[in-house]
Amino acid sequence: MVETDVVNRIVQQFGGDRTRLLDMARAVHAELGHISEETVAALAKALDVPRVEVRDMVSFYAFFFREPHGTNVIYLCHAVVERMQGADDIARALEEATGTTFGASDPDADITLRYTSCIGLSDQAPSALVNGVPVTNLTVDDVPELVAALRGGRDITRLRQAQVGNDVRTAGQVIFAPTERGAAVRKAVTMTPDAIIEELNVARLRGRGGAGFPTAMKWKFCRQAKEDVHYVVCNADEGEPGTFKDRAILALQPNLVFGGMTVAARALGARKGILYLRAEYEYLLRDLESELDKRRHLGLLGDNICGCEGFDFDIRIQLGAGAYICGEESALIESLEGKRGAPRARPPFPVEHGYLGKPTSVNNVETLCCAARILVEGGAWFADIGTKDSTGTKLLSVSGDCTKPGVYELEYGLTVLQLLERVGAENAQAVQMGGPSGQCLARKDFARSISFEDLPTGGSVIIFGPERDLLEAMRQFTAFFAEESCGWCAPCRVGTTLLEKCLQKILDGKGTFSDLEALETLGETVKTMSRCGLGQTAANPILTTLRNFPILYADRVRSDDGVMAFDLERAKEECCSVAGRAPATGEETP
Amino acid sequence: MSAQNDTPETSGETVKLLIDGVEIPAREGQTILEAAADAGIYVPRLCYREGLPPGGHCRICTVKVNGRPTSACTFPASEGLVLENNTDELNTMRRQVVEMLFVEGNHVCPSCEASGDCELQALGYRLGMIAPQYPYQNTTRELDASHPDVMLDRNRCVLCGRCARASRELDGKSVFGFEGRGIGKRIAVNASHGLAGTDIDAADEAVAACPTGCLLVKRQANLIPVGKRTYDKTPIGTDVEA
Ligand SMILES: Cc1cc2nc3c(=O)[nH]c(=O)nc-3n(C[C@H](O)[C@H](O)[C@H](O)COP(=O)(O)O)c2cc1C
Ligand code: SF4
Ligand code: SF4
Ligand code: FES
Repeated sequence: MVETDVVNRIVQQFGGDRTRLLDMARAVHAELGHISEETVAALAKALDVPRVEVRDMVSFYAFFFREPHGTNVIYLCHAVVERMQGADDIARALEEATGTTFGASDPDADITLRYTSCIGLSDQAPSALVNGVPVTNLTVDDVPELVAALRGGRDITRLRQAQVGNDVRTAGQVIFAPTERGAAVRKAVTMTPDAIIEELNVARLRGRGGAGFPTAMKWKFCRQAKEDVHYVVCNADEGEPGTFKDRAILALQPNLVFGGMTVAARALGARKGILYLRAEYEYLLRDLESELDKRRHLGLLGDNICGCEGFDFDIRIQLGAGAYICGEESALIESLEGKRGAPRARPPFPVEHGYLGKPTSVNNVETLCCAARILVEGGAWFADIGTKDSTGTKLLSVSGDCTKPGVYELEYGLTVLQLLERVGAENAQAVQMGGPSGQCLARKDFARSISFEDLPTGGSVIIFGPERDLLEAMRQFTAFFAEESCGWCAPCRVGTTLLEKCLQKILDGKGTFSDLEALETLGETVKTMSRCGLGQTAANPILTTLRNFPILYADRVRSDDGVMAFDLERAKEECCSVAGRAPATGEETP
Repeated sequence: MSAQNDTPETSGETVKLLIDGVEIPAREGQTILEAAADAGIYVPRLCYREGLPPGGHCRICTVKVNGRPTSACTFPASEGLVLENNTDELNTMRRQVVEMLFVEGNHVCPSCEASGDCELQALGYRLGMIAPQYPYQNTTRELDASHPDVMLDRNRCVLCGRCARASRELDGKSVFGFEGRGIGKRIAVNASHGLAGTDIDAADEAVAACPTGCLLVKRQANLIPVGKRTYDKTPIGTDVEA
């Protein structure tokens, strides 16, 4: 069977290493177009693992087709910003031009249409990935040409829309200042690991990936964990809707990223580093690999780096396969090990028990760039920028209703209003700060400052103009979380879907004031009871708008009189008569 | 799957915890849930099963550790932890999670042969659930009656993973696993389709581990009459509190 041959060859390429299953599945998928149940069985057999284990993994990732589909695949980004900029019109035009519909699987079709969540191009929306190639700033008029090019087998990379703009609207001193390849590493080899960590400590660098954990402390814990092997992982999964700053860094400053990883390696005593790149950014892979090669040639990677005896370190790039949760550090590690991206129970934390059970420091792309810059310019230099608790600059990915969307590198401490003036959005109704998992700010909040002490943000800033239906956007955010919930734990798996349905009911004009209370209670439960950051923040769009925009909700619900969705007493009687007994009153239990 | 299910290491040293104001001893590294149980304190739980590594799936065992919510079945005890367990706030949220599980699946307690032995149902009673306040999702879930002795009715599955852990850890097999994600997640079996293609046996620990009427041994229905079943007389958790 062809499948078995392909599978066996690919498994062999990876030395039969079970932990590389994600790579093997990606390779098999690329060759066969999908991963059938027979392929699952073949993979399981070749690796000598139960097939249920292989299915567990491949069924988890959004970009694995399980059934045959068209030779060309268009993933149209259908996130909130993209829909604000006309993605729905593009969708209709695509359906018309191809004669197929979104989501349908038609094996005879030469084009398959799929929706996907944010692909990191919100500053040039609407956008899509066509056979992995990003096409941006799409208009309805572009669609026939695109479809004709696919049907004619022409090279789509030559299409006018097949380009990614990496305009940095404001370059700051830290990330987008000019860099010299290798400067940070050459500095690092002159320092002891402790001195490197102390430099970050002086800089008071905090993680840029969301949680804001002090980087010096993370590296110190990781270094102190007594194990023979340590790992450096760069988190380039950038999945928060509306974020695209890591894309700009990877495209424009890859040497700073790899420099930061090498500095981390020196500090931790790591010999291996992995950059986890979201599948949506596969088009960046070639340039990243060539940067790695250059660094190897220059002695910035490999054995005895910069002539430093015993400082051996190299980096590999791991591609994902479509899962927002894989940005969560422990889920990312599971994914690196070739498993479904389910977060781990903590403790133990990755700095003690990470990749392959070894101490691992997972850091955001931007954080690692800061670390590289700090080594060159000094911790004190860095600490002088920004505010007391938020030193340095922050990259913001600005999109939505503004005249100048794009990447901005700004000093911490800037107010929301100052930002809005800069990006051309003074009339904003609301600002989604930190993406869906952050908070939705009203005008009353616009004097607050972007900083860890006031408004922390991973960098996603989505602006809603005065005309937007804000609650519909919140519903879409909530649907995103329901879609991306890994399903491991009950409150998130079920609760996110219930939240979305409840809000939908209200938007449909069928809600009452008691639904608003129910919505809030449910939101708090999902937040408190969920296992990881995804579930713990999934209710934020709803909870923060309930707090900041109560009038929008009040306008959409009816008064409670006479419109109860169901009668509790009657339901109780009915249940009792069916069960033949009275329900527990709670009094009989202690 | 190793790292997901590691039982926390126990150093064996005795430490003290404060749970709802009561001081209890614990072995360092032992989970909070088990330390509480040793002291006769019940922390409501569903995906936990004695003798299996914890799963952390249901979150019903959520307690507050020094003010932060976390699952008692996975969190290791250490000196001086201050815990909240039996509070109105937590019990309300636990009940809501139980309700979520009820509406996620298709549970027909009155006609289910596990009624009275079912931990989900018993938790509903104990936590004061009357009827789920959320809308039923009415999802399509596959019933697998292919095996001669064991039946898998996914309508009643709460995705606790106990079957999978028991099969792996106790039976030395891998009959069960998960499939899909989010609300579409399902329990899967180690065959192209159907339990009949697996090496499951009715006597497997995996079957006994199921807390609901999802995994059942065939031809056993109603051998124990209603009224004489596990939770008919005493609420779930009584054994722990005894
Ligand atoms: C659902 C979820 C998604 C996340 N996605 C990302 C991401 O795409 N990139 C990232 O750097 N951190 C992400 N994080 C945060 C990581 O878990 C981790 O805190 C971060 O990578 C640490 O890097 P830092 O210390 O440099 O900030 C995510 C967290 C959660 C809960
Ligand atoms: S909170 Fe959501 S994403 Fe996190 S473990 Fe639970 S189900 Fe998975
Ligand atoms: S079949 Fe039973 S034991 Fe297995 S996950 Fe479902 S409810 Fe839990
Ligand atoms: S018993 Fe602890 S999470 Fe289920």
